[in-house]
Parts: sequence; C-alpha cells; structure tokens
Amino acid sequence: MSNERKLVTVTVDGVQVQVPETFTILAAGNKAGVHIPTLCYLKDVSDIGSCRVCSVEVEGASALQPACKTRVTDGMVVHTDTELVKQYRKLMLQLVLADHGLDSTNYCFSCAKNGACELQALCRELDVTESAFAPSTPAKREPVLEDNPFLAYDPNLCIRCQRCVGACNNRAHNHTLTTGKRGLRTSILAPFGPDWKSTECESCGNCAAACPTGAITEKRRREYRSWEVTRTRTTCPHCAVGCQMDLVAKDGRIVDVEPAWGPSNRGMLCVKGRSGSFDFVHAEDRLTTPLIKNAETGEFEPASWDEALDLVASKFAQIRDENGGDALAAFACSRSTNEDVYMLMKMARTVFKTNNVDNCARV
Amino acid sequence: MTNTIADITQDSDVIMLVGSNPEEAHPVLGMQIRKAVENGTKLILVDPREIGLAKYADIHLKLRPGTNVAFANGVVHILIKEGLVDEEYVASRTSGFEELAKMVESYTPERVAEICHIDVRDLVAAAKLYGQANAAPIIYCLGVTEHSTGTEGVMSLSNIAMVNGKLGKPGCGVNPIRGQNNVQGACDMGAQPNTFTGYQKVMDPAVVEKFEKAWGTDLNPNEGTKATEVFPAAIEGRIKGLYLFGEDPVRTDPDTNHVIKALTNLDFFVVQELFMTETAKLADVILPGRSFAEKEGTFSNTERRVQRVRKAVDGPAGAQLDTWIFTEIMQRMGYDQPHLSAAEIMDEISSVTPSFGGITHARLDSAEVGGRGLQWPCPNAEHPGTPIMHVGKFAKGLGTYSTAEYRPSVELPDGEYPLMLTTGRILYHYNACAMTARTEGLNEIVNSSFIEINTADADELGIADGDRVKVTSRRASIESTARVSGKTNPGETWMPFHFQDGNSNWLTIAALDNIAKAPEFKVCAVRVEKL
Repeated sequence: MSNERKLVTVTVDGVQVQVPETFTILAAGNKAGVHIPTLCYLKDVSDIGSCRVCSVEVEGASALQPACKTRVTDGMVVHTDTELVKQYRKLMLQLVLADHGLDSTNYCFSCAKNGACELQALCRELDVTESAFAPSTPAKREPVLEDNPFLAYDPNLCIRCQRCVGACNNRAHNHTLTTGKRGLRTSILAPFGPDWKSTECESCGNCAAACPTGAITEKRRREYRSWEVTRTRTTCPHCAVGCQMDLVAKDGRIVDVEPAWGPSNRGMLCVKGRSGSFDFVHAEDRLTTPLIKNAETGEFEPASWDEALDLVASKFAQIRDENGGDALAAFACSRSTNEDVYMLMKMARTVFKTNNVDNCARV
Repeated sequence: MTNTIADITQDSDVIMLVGSNPEEAHPVLGMQIRKAVENGTKLILVDPREIGLAKYADIHLKLRPGTNVAFANGVVHILIKEGLVDEEYVASRTSGFEELAKMVESYTPERVAEICHIDVRDLVAAAKLYGQANAAPIIYCLGVTEHSTGTEGVMSLSNIAMVNGKLGKPGCGVNPIRGQNNVQGACDMGAQPNTFTGYQKVMDPAVVEKFEKAWGTDLNPNEGTKATEVFPAAIEGRIKGLYLFGEDPVRTDPDTNHVIKALTNLDFFVVQELFMTETAKLADVILPGRSFAEKEGTFSNTERRVQRVRKAVDGPAGAQLDTWIFTEIMQRMGYDQPHLSAAEIMDEISSVTPSFGGITHARLDSAEVGGRGLQWPCPNAEHPGTPIMHVGKFAKGLGTYSTAEYRPSVELPDGEYPLMLTTGRILYHYNACAMTARTEGLNEIVNSSFIEINTADADELGIADGDRVKVTSRRASIESTARVSGKTNPGETWMPFHFQDGNSNWLTIAALDNIAKAPEFKVCAVRVEKL
C-alpha cells in the first residue's frame, strides 16, 4: 500500500477501525464487519447514490448520509441500525418498489429473476411487503425490448439504479447502454430493440449481470428458476484470457453461464463466454460412438470401444514396428486440458515411440 | 506473457499494441485496454487495419502487413538516436548491444516509413512515446507471429523492450496474447517435438534419462517433426500414421488442398473429436471424447496462470473421457499405464516438471489460492507463483538481441494477384466454429464469409459493398461477400477464417516461419473479381 494514503479512525456501530481516508462509510462498515444494505451501488461499477437504501446516521451531521457516497473523516462515529435509519430505509425502498411495475409480472411469480432478485431479497431483509406509494391504477405498460438474440430489457421492471449503465460504461467500456432524460423521468436506453444490429452493442451481457432485478436479463434465464440449478466454477473454453465463470446446470443440462471473479476477467465475460460456450455441449450432433470407416464403401460404421481401440492400437503398433516410431505423429488439442495434453504426449512418446508430437499453437 | 493482464492494463503509462485485435479476439482484455486508455494510458496501435481500438489510439501506425521486423528495427534506431537507451540496464542485463546498434543503423525513420507505408513523423512520435514512458508493455498477437518472419518479429519487439529497459518490471514486458484457451498449456505440457513438459529439452540426454526413469520405458532420442511439417512429410510418405486430438486442420490450416492431400495419403488416421468435422470425415477411426464441461482439469491462460476446469454435467452417453482413451491405447500397446484421475495426472506432471512442482488440484482448490490460480514457475508447494518473469535477471542469464534484418513476405502481390490478403478472427465466432456455430444467436449475428476491401480498390474493380465476389490465389478460388470500407489500406484485403461457405484457408499459403514453423496466414496474394 502506498504511504501517501493517510489512515483515519472511524467507529461503526461501536466497532473502531482504521481505514484510508479515501474509504467510504460503506467500505469502512465492511472492514468493521457491519452489514450495510445497498441496491443501486455496485463496487467499481456504479455509485450514483440514488436509492438511499444504504443511508446511515453520522454523529454531528444534520441528515442521514448515503454510505456508498460519503467519505470517512477522522473520528467519525456512524450508526447503521437506529430506528431512524430503519424507518428511512423502509421508506426509500417503498419508493423504489412503487416504480417496479409489480403488477406487470404478477408480483414476481412470472419474473425470470424470481429468487435471484436483489430487490426481492432486500424487501425481505427490511420487511417491506408493499409500497405506500404504489399507483392506485396500473401504470401504462411499456413494451419489452427483446430483439437481441441473447438480451432483453423490460422497462416496467427497471428501478433506474443505473448499474447496467455503469457496467457498460465503467466495466465493459463499450458505451452503448446509456440513460435518457433526467430525474424522475430517467430512462434506460438499452440497445436490444428492433435496431439492435445497427448498434455497437457487443451482446456481452455485463449489463444483465449487473442488473439487480428482472429488468435486463439474459433470455436464457427464462428456462430455469434460480433454485432449480447447480453452479460449477470453471474456466472459459474460448480465448486465452482465462475468464472465470459458473456453468449453470438444470437436470444434467447446462442452461446458462454467469460471470465469476477471476484475476484476469475481474467479473466480466464477453459474448462468446457468456452465450457461446455451452450449447455445443448438448448439441444433437455430438459423436456418441466410435466410428470405423469401411474401406470398401468409404462409409463410417459404428463400432464398440473394444473394436475401435484394438484397431487403433494394432495399426499404430504395426506402423511403428515396420517403419519405426518416426513414421507416427500425434497432435494435441490446444483447447483441451493440461491433463489431456500430458497424457496424449505421454502416449506418443512411450508407445508410439516418437517425438513427433505437437499442438495447434501455430494455427 | 512476461507480465499479468492486471499490471499491463493498470500500471502502465503507454501501451504498444502490435498485430492484435483484442476487442474481438480477446474481448475481456479489450475491455480492460479500453478502460486503461479512458483512464489516461496512451495507446500506440501498430496494425494494418482500422480495428475498433484505432479510435482509442493516440498513434495508429497502419503499417503494411509483413513489415513488423522493419518497424521494430526502426524503433530501436530511433531510441538510440534520441538517447532513450537505458544504458545501465543494457550494460548489466544484456549482451550484444553493439551488434544490434550496428544492424539497426540502416533502419532510418525514412527507410522504415517507406517499407511500412507509414508516416515518418508518426513512427518517430511512437518510438519517443514508448521510450519516454515510465512503464509501457508491448502486447502482441498473431499479427506478429503468423508470418514467415514471425519468430524474428517477436525477437525484434523484445529488442525494443530490452534496449529501453522495460523487461522484468511491473507494467512493462513483452506480452504475447495466446490465441486459444490452452495453447500456453499445450506447450507447457510438452506437446512439442523438441520439449517435454516445462520446456525440458528432448536433445538433453539427462532430460531423456529422467523421463525414461519416470516412465519406465525407452524413449526415442530424435527431436520430432513440427505439426506444420508433418503435412509435407505425409505427402512424401515419411509419416504414415497420425493421431489427431480435437483439431480441424482442414478448416484451420493454410492451403486446404495441401492439407487434404496429406491427410488422405496417410496409411492410418485417427481423430478424437466431439463432432464430425471436415477433418474427421477423412479419418479411418473416430473416437468420441468429452468437452470441457464434462471433465476435471486445468487450463493455463496467456498469463501462465493455471486455473481449474470442473465437471458440470455428464455429457452424452457413449463418449469417453479423453484421458481414459489415451490410457486404454497405451495399455493395448503394451505399456502399463494405470487409469488416473485428472488430479492424479497433475500430481505426475508436478513430479516431472520443475516449473509445475507446486501445482496440484488440491492447492488450486484451496482457500490459500482463493480462485486466483497459480502462475508458473511455481517450483514447490510454498511458492506463490510468478506474476512477472525476468525480474532482476533473465531466466537464461544475460538477455540477448536479435539481429534479424527485414525480409519481405514469401508471396507478395503482383500483376496477376494484385491484392494482399490477411486473415483473422471476429468477435462472435471462434476458429472453425465447432463450438460457436452451435449457438443460434451467434449465427443470427453473423454466419457467413466476407472479405474487407478498400474503397479505392473496390471502385477500380467495380465492386460495391455487399456484392458477391470471387477471391482467387495461386492455390484456389472461393466465393465471398465484399465489405467495402477504409478499414484496410489500399491494396490490402482481410477475411475471417471462421466460415466454411468461403473459408480463407483455401487461399492462404503454407509458407512457414523459418524458426517456429508457424504458417504465413497474414500475407498472401489474391485477385478479387465481382461475380
């Protein structure tokens, strides 16, 4: 850590911590082990401070302060669970909820994010079951934008937290997803409508990963409920950046991919990793039996593993014994695992008796 | 890479990006380069096309394909003339600077600008911007390596970094962005004709003896043949049997006719695959393997970072784990190889590979590693891995310079084939599309062959944007769709190699780099006609 960062002392709910003066109250709370709820805030992505769900009481301040936006000062004393704070947070959450278009999704039942929605979770945490500000008549419904093959935007569910805007602009740095208008009329201009092909959108889905509600979603989410799936942490099979991701599987089939934090991808994925890395696994045309070409017809015929492996072993042994190991060669796959490559390499050297072993590094 | 993605995109003042289009080929790196530039890092782009990052670049040297060595020698020339040599670094850490200085003497900015078709002022400004930076990485990709002078291109770029003292330091280095997810690992694992795991040399008798002892069998003492040289050897009948695991050279290797001729001339050809690829169709036996989602294991990314691959689903009945298949063949050929789990195989790898000595699945899964993987060299279980190579000292002692002169590409445009063709990747597909073309949404975005052609050339040929065209090289003709723009320079065209409806590899030349034997995918001569 740089010596230039001055440390200050802050007390959060009675816990004293020393933190750099560049920290927010939220970060200091984190260090003190105090949970402060957030909604529009997303670390390194967005801190517009609009939802006020993270508000806290600071001794000496005339009003509640948003923890995500307020820098600490030396000697600051913060309270996060006073009655005033609790009531204020509930009020703020009711304001957010009033604008969430609950009736458009039959109150969460039909929403793809049901069970994985941060707004839903926060309402449970803060004991908000309805909004005092909900419109008495259903609001006019806006059309869902879903022409993009992978991504959909339902403006009715949007709470204008702008985490998606942060994801596109401060994370993917693609600058295609922006806000329109201002204040109460703020709207999200998501490029998933009929003109999606003419936009600069790369369909990376980092916006959907940042969205706390069902407003921006990967369309694949509609095929499963969050409690029906298992997640397996793995490494993307495409380029060599080595992005970390979770394969989301339901009933033995991969149905989605979610980004995970890794040192090289920092929580991001691209369109290939997010959307193009698993359909092939379950493709109808996967090979499922060994095939031996009939020398007379030139057609492939299904064979048992024993037949195929014996044929391979005997043919390679014959060529090796008649012409020497250097008449054989083996190529490894640069897409497969280290363990696979090692065993192929060992097979070539130990039983083919050749060093004619290579991989597709050159192509 | 000598450094990490985090340090070259967060701790550098200037990035020199050569022959690399990360926004499309390595998109999550591209995002981080965009971020770096928006946060104030200067970008020097050295690339023959107006790629997306060109609008982010402070200087774009839109150079002629195949002239990287001239460019690099020119930069070294300018660094010397401008007094930007790190004298202390050169004296204490490298040898042979005088020979280098003598060689680059003739690479005056004027001469280099003429060879590379670039503005002399931009070249000088780029060299000074890099040379004066506190921290600046050189990042390169296949635009440097896929030439008949590819290895020399890489070494010439290293000259720049060494002369300027920018190797073995944070935010610096010479950083190849490897093409495929585990091409680093495939090389690390000894799938190379001249090295065992961890680059232990086949020509070193002590190494061979070590592996003979570890594996309990005699080994062939001769260095092997490189993949790209196996094809000519098959045509000549010197190679009679080929075992090909998960590759599709009919689509991805240069000069498709030549590849097909070689594969069909084999006595016995085995392909281990997920799908009936164009290459598998030519096999005598096809063995169905398992995809990355159906197995445990590791990949090594471009940062030398070994990370876990984990099994999420069983996959289709009938296919077998690839390691099971190799083990069965070894047993059936008389070698006593037990069936091992992926974790046990990694234990064996660690035991025979000094640079992997501290890497096990258990450690990769541990709280200590915390999902960050381990970067080799990682010699023992206590070693934290090596984020930056060559700190304080080069792995081999003193750093040496390449004194390679610029040589033109093997096949240059002429009267009959007047345009230069370069090939590459696009964002939405991967190599031969075996994986990506099975996602409908990606096909909806783009799924067919195209050729980028400069507006001036298109006007002369009477070709409009979107026209169907015939593209012919000395090897074959294909049909494609013209995309007319200023993206390529006049006289230069570009095609993706993904799409089988007009695969550029029928056209490309199987000319090989004189050292690494990579094919010259980036330069051949073609003729384009309106259909």
